[in-house]
Amino acid sequence: MALKPVTFTLNGNAKAAFTEDGQNLLDFLRRSVGDLSPKYGCGQGGCGACTVLMDGAPVLACLTLAEAAQGARIETAAGLAGAALHPLQEAFMERFAAQCGYCTPGMLMAARALLDRNPRPSRDEVIEAISGNICRCTGYEPIIAAILDVAEGRVRA
Amino acid sequence: MAVTVETHGSVAEAARALAQGGVYLGGGTGIMRGVNAGAVQGRVVRSSDPALRVIRSTADGFSLGAGVTMAQVLGERDLAFLHAAARSVGGPQVRAMGTIGGNLFAPHPYGDFATALLALGARALMASGSPRNLDDLLRDRDRTGLVAAVEVPRPRDPRAFGFVKVQRVKPRGVAVLSIAAHLPREGGRLRGVRVAFGAMGPAPLRASAVERVLEGATLDAATIARAAQVAAEGLTPPTDPVATGWYRASVVGVHLKRLLERMV
Repeated sequence: MALKPVTFTLNGNAKAAFTEDGQNLLDFLRRSVGDLSPKYGCGQGGCGACTVLMDGAPVLACLTLAEAAQGARIETAAGLAGAALHPLQEAFMERFAAQCGYCTPGMLMAARALLDRNPRPSRDEVIEAISGNICRCTGYEPIIAAILDVAEGRVRA
Repeated sequence: MAVTVETHGSVAEAARALAQGGVYLGGGTGIMRGVNAGAVQGRVVRSSDPALRVIRSTADGFSLGAGVTMAQVLGERDLAFLHAAARSVGGPQVRAMGTIGGNLFAPHPYGDFATALLALGARALMASGSPRNLDDLLRDRDRTGLVAAVEVPRPRDPRAFGFVKVQRVKPRGVAVLSIAAHLPREGGRLRGVRVAFGAMGPAPLRASAVERVLEGATLDAATIARAAQVAAEGLTPPTDPVATGWYRASVVGVHLKRLLERMV
């Protein structure tokens, strides 16, 4: 099977790695690049656990061809925190918005995409923004509250 | 057998490659499931042609590149008449990835955006340069070439176009059915009516019996009742985990009636 080089930025850092024909971006990031923050949930685009930002847009890494990331700006949950946690991470902790935590990286990136585009979303807009992400633990309310906390300035890093 | 991915710089090259066999990968929301599961084998053809992502105004409407995503449609104020249909597709991630061209080929029960395009009288512009009516393309999706763009006429009166998707889970759920209706009026009577159903057949289809009732009529309670009565006429909706064919046929008239009442 032919290997193809892919050059891109991951959380602001230049990266280059080889991908195999047909490899998806999730598998590429986890196995070839070593970023384990995007999670494998369903592999069918149904759960959102693999959500990453590609040139600012939230995409399902499991349904994105790895070679489509050539030249792209990829952001994952691993890149959210700087010297301190990202406000969304703080708010998720404050609100107990993670239980098992498996959906959390995808939720964080879906929320990040929303707040980048719309810094003061309504509750309905938050619900819509995370509608592609499934959480089987929290019942969603703590997650919605956490995102609104950040949007409404109640949590700062 | 393994997957071999070919990326072509132009739509024309991709179309020539596809003519030799294989599947076309657009946004990936459909085909990549099969690639991940090993169900898609052999050649996978894609194109990096930037023309595929272009939205432009034409004399009577818009030309949407086949690679235009639902999110792009939602970002264009001039395409407001298509926003309800675009918003009905998946969650934010699927809308950021899923394309106009891909929606034309999405298997049942997907294809809600294609249902709206069908009701609007849109036509596909094939990579060969020849146009093709969506009625024909959607009837025979297995034997078609590569779609380069979709030409969508602008409704003269945006209020004459209505769309509804019926789903069990909101805000993101698979269609029980979807209905798109374009009801232009002349002198109070409906002229040039086009109504399309999604998830009521193997692909989006025209609601011929409904159109016969509406064409030339006034949109009043009696007309709406007659249209609702014949809504499922001649249709054999599929059964899937979301709904049985019997259920779809039983409720399509109710949802059509509600949509038409909103458009009076």
